[in-house]
Amino acid sequence: MVDLKQMERVGIQLVRPDGHLTETGRDVWERMPEDRKRAFYQWMVQVRLFDRRSVTLQRQGRIGTYAPMEGQEAAQVGSALALGKEDWIFPSYREHGVAMVAGMPLDRILLYWMGRVEGNRAPEGVRVLPPYVPIATQIPQAMGAAWAAKMKREPSVAVAYFGDGATSEGDFHEACNFAGVFRLPVVFFCQNNHYAISVPFSRQSAVPTVAERASAYAIRGIQVDGNDVLAVYTAMEEAVRRGKNGEGATLIEAVTYRRGAHTTADDATRYREDSEVREWTEEKDPIARYERLLMEEGLLTPDRARKWEQRCRETVEAAVKEAEAAPAPPPSHLFAHVYKDLPPELVRQRRQLTGGDETHA
Amino acid sequence: MPEMTLVQAINEGIRFSLELDPSVVVLGEDVGKNGGVFRTTEGLWDTFGDERVIDTPLAEAGIIGASIGMAVNGLRPIAEIQFMGFIYPGFEQIVTHAARLRTRTQGQYPASLVVRVPYGGGIRAPELHSDSTESLFVHIPGLKVVVPSTPYDAKGLLLAAVRDPDPVIYLEPMKIYRAFRGEVPDREYEVPLGCARQVREGEDVTLIAWGAMVPLAEQAARILAKKGISCDLIDLRSLYPLDEKTIIGSVKKTGRAVIVHEAPKTAGLGAELTALIDEHAFLWLEAPVTRVTGFDVPVPMFALEDDFRPNLCRIEEAVDQVINF
Ligand SMILES: Cc1ncc(C[n+]2csc(CCOP(=O)(O)OP(=O)(O)O)c2C)c(N)n1
Ligand SMILES: [Mg+2]
Repeated sequence: MVDLKQMERVGIQLVRPDGHLTETGRDVWERMPEDRKRAFYQWMVQVRLFDRRSVTLQRQGRIGTYAPMEGQEAAQVGSALALGKEDWIFPSYREHGVAMVAGMPLDRILLYWMGRVEGNRAPEGVRVLPPYVPIATQIPQAMGAAWAAKMKREPSVAVAYFGDGATSEGDFHEACNFAGVFRLPVVFFCQNNHYAISVPFSRQSAVPTVAERASAYAIRGIQVDGNDVLAVYTAMEEAVRRGKNGEGATLIEAVTYRRGAHTTADDATRYREDSEVREWTEEKDPIARYERLLMEEGLLTPDRARKWEQRCRETVEAAVKEAEAAPAPPPSHLFAHVYKDLPPELVRQRRQLTGGDETHA
Repeated sequence: MPEMTLVQAINEGIRFSLELDPSVVVLGEDVGKNGGVFRTTEGLWDTFGDERVIDTPLAEAGIIGASIGMAVNGLRPIAEIQFMGFIYPGFEQIVTHAARLRTRTQGQYPASLVVRVPYGGGIRAPELHSDSTESLFVHIPGLKVVVPSTPYDAKGLLLAAVRDPDPVIYLEPMKIYRAFRGEVPDREYEVPLGCARQVREGEDVTLIAWGAMVPLAEQAARILAKKGISCDLIDLRSLYPLDEKTIIGSVKKTGRAVIVHEAPKTAGLGAELTALIDEHAFLWLEAPVTRVTGFDVPVPMFALEDDFRPNLCRIEEAVDQVINF
């Protein structure tokens, strides 16, 4: 097993930005099955193409405001691939990559951004909760789901995904503290993408890393290069293993960068320098780094890369088609699932809305 | 007189407050360098600097709690909460402390502060960004709650709220942030809290609305006028305290009232207004007071928000109903 203790001091990096493995990286690599190595790449490409397409769809008015995640593919794909079907995911609104890897159909993710509540519901067997929009509110809930797993002696962990800004909310502190006190199988996965909308991380915390806060709760804290898919995966795998072994919670800080705007409604040029964006785009791209490694290791050729991209594009287009073909819900859908049984006043209100026509209700 | 949008007028109000009173500070998420996610604080950070226009960590309890402490120690904070749906982490600070510090200290420490909150729907915002929970605040003794619906009122109410000795929740209807322009004097003036605005004079029915429902009710009134029904339209502006005189005076004149709000019906402010009318103008009523409101369901995602929100058709129907009672 990898000595994470030694790594956490430097912040874990297994693949250098130039695509070469570190010494520990080589150890991890040699032990990893080939299909896993390919899966990292395939998912990252799929996620990026979906994300870019979604931004275009927003520009064309085909979906509403959208939260792009380009640049965070390694953090999302690497962490999600370390989870099993038995594990719970409590995501924020930027975790399209995580959701996809966990089994959320692409068209449902699109439906969500089309303002459709159907997009919130994961298929049976996919333990992904809806995107959590109010910052940090998912973190205590993930902790609670993990607590339940522990009480039921189920071998599963719950993962809360959140950003750097979320670490300023009380909910983050409360969740970490419970997790420490009750030694819970929860993973707090923070993508530190440097900004909370316009506010830089230095305005969230005077402590330079998120990871070191873990010591205040007696939980484990690790900082990883969030653009190194192998490092993220390894850190997450370890956190999951520890959780399932009764060794308690882990706070993982994946250092990454939000390349695009906060959402399609945001103008990031107002608060950050082009040079910074360029650096992260050109020198620290999570996919380019990994692609180089795969090619050097003989697992990928330019031709196969092109073919895979083509396939991903087709998958995305099929999802767009499917989402756009989904029949519009009738107005009465407002009342669906508000209560198990609709109280009389709501029955009256529904009738008022539909004009008594309940055929579509 | 310069013409500006609601959002620009709020910005003007904050700018004047910062200029006129050195104890005023602005704090919140993204209010500084970025000028606010709606650009409401645009340019203020450049003018007044980082000590008076403060980007805070992402923490609403922190923002409102800090504002209360600042007020205790002599500052006049204007806190911004980014959307109403995100005020709840700070709810305890508002309900338990801002609202009652004056009472608890018997006047020694009034929490004189303003909390600005964009609210309401109709802009296809992402999920959970369209709450209209004003009645939660109106219900809390010790708080004042205001909502401008014109640029003129936006500036005047802001200036009045900042100087008000009590904590004021200043709600900003996002849907009409940039919907139209209006004249805003380039000087200091106040729109006093507790005063409604008579938007339109009429004889047949009183329409009561606030925020983004005001232009909608105005439109309904114009359509109804063509059908020969004249509406007395009141923009409450101040949800607490209520301008009882204007409300009751109008209902005594028309004998009928329709209340329009986008918040759900049950225990919404419409219920309070109905009771008020019942208490003071019962004998003048020709028909039961009627409410046109959001339905009693969680604010839907935007695909269905137009079905959730009051619309012209529903207002007209309600007016028909009270006229033909
Ligand atoms: C409780 C709460 N306050 C404010 C907001 C408005 N808001 C949405 S995203 C965001 C920044 C979040 O930053 P971070 O946690 O770093 O996540 P990122 O968006 O970078 O992924 C803010 C302030 C919110 N959604 N919820
Ligand atoms: Mg962030």
